Amino acid sequence: MRPDARGYFGEFGGRFVPEVLVAALSELEREVEVAFNDPAFWKEYESVLAEFVGRPSPVYEAMRYAAPVSRAKFVLKREDLNHTGAHKINNTVGQALLARRMGKKRLIAETGAGQHGVATATVGAKFGIPVDIYMGAVDVERQALNVYIMQLLGATVHPVTGGTKTLKDATSEAFREWAARVDDTFYVIGSVVGAHPYPYMVREFQKVIGIEARGQCLARFGRLPSDVVACVGGGSNAAGIFAGFVDDAGVKLWGVESAGEGAQTQRTAASLNAGTVGILHGSRSYVLQTAEGQVRETHSISAGLDYPGVGPEHAFLKESGRASYVSVTDAEALEAFGEFAKCEGIIPALESAHALAFARRLAADRGEGDLVLVNLSGRGDKDIAQVRRLTS
Amino acid sequence: MSLSAIFKPGQLAFIPYVMAGDPDIATTRAILAALAANGAAAIELGIPYGDPLADGPTIAAAGARALANGVKLNDVLSLVKDVHAKAPPIILFTYYNPVYQFGLAEFARAAADAGAAGVIVPDVTLEEAEPLRLALGAHGIEMPLLVAPSTPPERAARIAEQSGGFVYVVSRLGVTGAGEAPNLEPLRKQIAALRAVTKKPLAAGFGISTRAQVDAVRPIVDGVIVGSGLIDAYSGARREEAAGCVAKYVTSLL
Repeated sequence: MRPDARGYFGEFGGRFVPEVLVAALSELEREVEVAFNDPAFWKEYESVLAEFVGRPSPVYEAMRYAAPVSRAKFVLKREDLNHTGAHKINNTVGQALLARRMGKKRLIAETGAGQHGVATATVGAKFGIPVDIYMGAVDVERQALNVYIMQLLGATVHPVTGGTKTLKDATSEAFREWAARVDDTFYVIGSVVGAHPYPYMVREFQKVIGIEARGQCLARFGRLPSDVVACVGGGSNAAGIFAGFVDDAGVKLWGVESAGEGAQTQRTAASLNAGTVGILHGSRSYVLQTAEGQVRETHSISAGLDYPGVGPEHAFLKESGRASYVSVTDAEALEAFGEFAKCEGIIPALESAHALAFARRLAADRGEGDLVLVNLSGRGDKDIAQVRRLTS
Repeated sequence: MSLSAIFKPGQLAFIPYVMAGDPDIATTRAILAALAANGAAAIELGIPYGDPLADGPTIAAAGARALANGVKLNDVLSLVKDVHAKAPPIILFTYYNPVYQFGLAEFARAAADAGAAGVIVPDVTLEEAEPLRLALGAHGIEMPLLVAPSTPPERAARIAEQSGGFVYVVSRLGVTGAGEAPNLEPLRKQIAALRAVTKKPLAAGFGISTRAQVDAVRPIVDGVIVGSGLIDAYSGARREEAAGCVAKYVTSLL
């Protein structure tokens, strides 16, 4: 669906930002409208995705992981095979093309684990646009390899020392930096969050996942999935794959949040399951916060899901009942990570391992004629050192 | 009383900003007294928030200190209730989420009960302002809105029309902070354009922290808002000396 004129999906979304950014958001909104109606824009986007990213990504039937508990087909959408190893690049390609159209001289981005930072640095290098990345000082320390990769790609990484020194603070800092240089700078947000038009725009750039997957399921299996499962931090890979199936009423949509140490504990990142409606980073959605409206510290084993907010469209899909949102703990995700690698010869990202853990549980309730489609949003190379530390 | 009454012809209204509860409520109380004694026409009182998108490092750190000290919105309202009779008009400066969680109508009632004269919410845009403006208006509290250097003239005119008491003119791009000075030429144009469409007083803020910067905007605006410079003036000092530092800083400024 499209948000309304003020950027709302139902009662979620909108634009809650300092006035200094409103003109830039309006300019972006106008450019999105024009570009999205320009076949030449999509033609270039598709050609970059085909030749640089390696799309379409395949769908692949995983034969062993869920087989002990289920006779349903267990099918993966292989976003882990994209250039840079995750779905993130679908979005940064689209935003870089927009930035170039708008004549912007610089890209800025926030990053948590570094995946979106790497995807932004990659398109910056490809299109010859300078890139500044804002990253919490704690994450800079934890994700030294990704910092180095961004630097190799020519980006400048700025450690953010405010607040909890993680993704939430990196995002706030990127907003501040945008406010200071709003004339020549394009802010590449990495998920379906932020002020209108970001949640809508990012979803449109990730929608390719769902459109491809729907066609591939029909061609390969002669049917639509019974269930589509994707992990949700900010929610961009889920928004992308859901968009392909949201109009197919018979297809159930499942978003899997990170429960951390338990969705009802303080150490969680499950915004839709444990949060309340509030305003964060420019839009109204579910937020993990105190009764006084202070944003809570979050925890997840997976840096990509470790965020106190969630995209407003997911809040809407939850309220409307079109999608269901569940959560998976650190321990369950870690178990799925190892089990999936052994059964399938694919090391999933810890984010995607959350989707896999729930999908197997779900598949146990499904039968012979069902097809569970999981968005394998990224590969797990980045997580190997952490998993090794946690399990040895 | 409308906030517009704090602006006197031929006189620059001095509107200092102070973070409530930085580092504790007692210190803020002493600072408010020092500001009242040193020519503040009104006082912006910040409600601590952990994710202040419009603020630079100085005010963000002040808010973090207050939060670390356990200061909550109700503590700030109690402080206002205690001091407002002896202080110039108090304008609460808060991000939207704490207000949203409190409930708009409940917040308006509580702010009025405490004796606040105005409320500024930097992340509520013109398009989102109406519910809170109406809730506050029902209790006689005004909500000044902000115009930025990037605001197009037609939009600035609509903001000025909806703005309560005065118009807060952001004097440069970016966030609050004593670092970069206002960009005077665009500011002059912005002010001239606003004068053509509104009779409301205009107060400039962001990047104004020295006497030279105050003097530079003095001829073109009706009021000046100073926050980060003031916080810098006391944040290194011992708590019992903070009010003295503020008095000295204000004297150097005006």
